Amino acid sequence: MSAVLEVEELSVDIPVSAGLLHPVQGVSFTVNRGETVCIVGESGCGKSLTALAIMDLLPSSARRLAMRLLLDGEDMLNASERRMSDIRGSKMAMIFQEPMTSLNPAYTIGNQLAEALTRHRRVSREQARERAVFLLEKVGITAAASRLRQYPHQLSGGLRQRVMIAMALMCGPDLIIADEPTTALDVTIQAQILLLLASLQKEFQMGMILITHDLGVVARVADRVAVMYAGQVIEAGDARQIFQQPMHPYTQGLLDCIPVPGKTQRGAHLGAIPGIVPTLIGDFIGCRFRERCNYAMVDCVSEEVSSRDAVQSGHTYRCLLGAQQCADNAKRKASA
Amino acid sequence: MFVYALKRLGVAVLVAITVSMVTFSLLYLSGDPAMALAGESATQQDIENIRRVYGFDRPIILQYLSWAWGALHGHLGYSNYLRTDVAAVVFERLPTTMTLGAAAISFALILSIPLGVLAAMRPNTVVDRFALTLAVVGQALPSFWFALILIFWLGIEWRLLPITGTESWKNFIMPAIALGYYVTPGVMRLTRAGMLEVLSSDYIRTARAKGLRSGTVLFKHALRNAIIPVVALTAVQFGFMLGGSIVIETIFAINGLGYLAWESIQRADMPVMQAIVLVLACIYIVLTFLADMLNAFLDPRIRVA
Ligand SMILES: Nc1ncnc2c1ncn2[C@@H]1O[C@H](COP(=O)(O)OP(=O)(O)OP(=O)(O)O)[C@@H](O)[C@H]1O
Ligand SMILES: [Mg+2]
Repeated sequence: MSAVLEVEELSVDIPVSAGLLHPVQGVSFTVNRGETVCIVGESGCGKSLTALAIMDLLPSSARRLAMRLLLDGEDMLNASERRMSDIRGSKMAMIFQEPMTSLNPAYTIGNQLAEALTRHRRVSREQARERAVFLLEKVGITAAASRLRQYPHQLSGGLRQRVMIAMALMCGPDLIIADEPTTALDVTIQAQILLLLASLQKEFQMGMILITHDLGVVARVADRVAVMYAGQVIEAGDARQIFQQPMHPYTQGLLDCIPVPGKTQRGAHLGAIPGIVPTLIGDFIGCRFRERCNYAMVDCVSEEVSSRDAVQSGHTYRCLLGAQQCADNAKRKASA
Repeated sequence: MFVYALKRLGVAVLVAITVSMVTFSLLYLSGDPAMALAGESATQQDIENIRRVYGFDRPIILQYLSWAWGALHGHLGYSNYLRTDVAAVVFERLPTTMTLGAAAISFALILSIPLGVLAAMRPNTVVDRFALTLAVVGQALPSFWFALILIFWLGIEWRLLPITGTESWKNFIMPAIALGYYVTPGVMRLTRAGMLEVLSSDYIRTARAKGLRSGTVLFKHALRNAIIPVVALTAVQFGFMLGGSIVIETIFAINGLGYLAWESIQRADMPVMQAIVLVLACIYIVLTFLADMLNAFLDPRIRVA
C-alpha cells in the first residue's frame, strides 16, 4: 500500500496575548491510498488546526513546524505558496464543518463547481459543466443540471454539504480531508452524508481524513483511528485495535460507553470523562491527561511521554504504563 | 429580478412624485408668488391680474397638476430675470455639472476602493494607517478649504492647472478632486470594513482550499461581496456631491448647475431654483434606482426580495 500522506511531528504554534499557544504538538500519522483515517478527540484538542496545517490554510498568525509532510511523496514543507495552491483543490481537497457559510453567496453552484476544475485542468467550460453534473448526481442531488444555475441560498444545509463534497471531488484528489462535515446538519441527514463520503472514498480510492465526534461513525468507516488529546495524538492504530484493545486510559474512558464495536450507538459522543483539559500556553512537561487519569503516577508529572508501540504492530500510544498493564486495564474495564 | 426591478421602479416613481410636490411648494415658500412677480411698484389691480393670468387663483391641487404636467413635458417655467425659458438654461448647464460629478466620483472611487482593499489586506500596517489618516483628514477638512489649498498650490504656486473656467479637461481636475475627496473617507472605510469581514469568512477559506489564485480569491470572491454596501453608499454620496457642487462650482467659476443655483439664489429667481432642485432630485432618484439594480445584480439574495 502506498502512502498518500505522511505527517511526522507536525506542530502548530499560535502567539496569543498570554504567551505561545501550542494547540498541535508532534502529531504523526500516515494515510494510505484508499484508506480512511479518523481523527477523534474532544472539542479544542487541535483536530481542525491539524487539518488546516496539512492544507497550509492556517490563520496567518499561526506557525507550522514539522519533521516531514509528504503528499504522494512530495515535500509540502518547503513548497512555494504557488506550488501549494496548485496542490490544493487538485491533489488534496477539504470539506468544512459549516456548509451554510462555506459557499460564496454571490455565485451559482455551477460557477463554483466549475472553477474548482478549470483552475487546475485544461478543460472547456462544457467539460467542466459535465463533470459538475456527473458529480452532483454522484453525491445524490436530483435534477443536477438545473441545480447548476441555483445560488447557495436556494439550497438546504444538507444539499450545500453535498455540493461541497462534489466540489472537493472535481479534480479527483488523492486525499480528501473532511472536518466534522455533518456537525452542523440535521441528525437525520448526518448519517446519509457520512456514508456517502465513505462510499465515494472507496469508489474513487482516495485517502481520507475524517474528523468526527461520532464514535459510531468511526466504528463503521474507519480503517485507522488517531485519538487526539490536548494537541497530541495519544493513541493511533487500526480501528479494530483501538476498539478492541484501547491502550491509553483516555481512549479507554472514551470507549467506556460502547462495549462492543459494531453495536455502537450512533451519536455516542466524547467527553464523558470528568475534569478539564490543561491550558496549552507555554511549555508543558509530562502527560497532558494526568489530571483526569485514574492511573496517574509521580512520573507522569515530570517525565515527557513519547509514543510507544503496543502489543500489536502499527498500534501506538502515549503513556508511561507498560503495554501489558494497559492491556490488562482494558480487559478489566471490559469485564466490569 | 424583473419583479424586483418593477418594485424598485414603483418606489422611484413615488419618491419622484413626492419630490415634485415639495419642489412645487417652493414657489409658495417665499410668500405670494403673484406679489413677487408683480414687483414692488405694482398696484393691487396688477397683482390681481397677474394672479389670474398665471392661474394662481385656481385651487392648489390644480395648479400642481398643471405644473407637473408641464414639467413632465420639459416646461419648467419662465425666468423673469433671465427673460428666457428655464428648461433651456438648466439643460444647457446640466452637462457641465454631470461631467464634474462623474469626474469627482471616479476620482473618489479610484482612490478609495484600492486603498480600502489594501488596508484590509494588511490591517494595522503602514498602509492601513496611511489610509486611516487620509480618511480622518478628509472628513475633517471642509471642501471649500481643501479647494482653496488646491488652488493655492496647484494653480498659483506651481501653475500646473488652470484655476477657473471649463475650457479643457484640465479645468475639471482640481474641482473634481476637491469635490470627490469629500466622498473618499466613507467609501474607503466601508470598503475596508467589508473586505476585512469577507476575507475572514468561510467561503474565502473554501476558495483558498480550491487552490484558487490569490487574485481570484481577492477580486472574484472577496471584493464582489464586500462592494455591495459600497454601491448604495456611493449613490447617496453622489447626491451629497451634487449639493456640494454649488460651493465648488462657485469657487472655480464653473458654469454648471451649481453656479447657476448660486446666481439664482442671489437674484431670488424662484423658477430657476425650482427647476434645479427638481432636476437634481430626479438625477438622484435615477442614481439610487441604478444602484439598487447594480446591487441586485451583485447579490442574488436581493433579487428574490
Ligand atoms: N486563530 C486562533 N488563534 C488562537 N487560538 C486558536 C486559533 N484557532 C484555534 N485556536 C485554539 O486552538 C485549539 C485547537 O483548535 P481546533 O479548532 O483545532 O480544535 P478542534 O479539535 O477542531 O475542536 P472542535 O471539535 O471544537 O472543532 C483550541 O483551543 C482553540 O481555541
Ligand atoms: Mg474543529
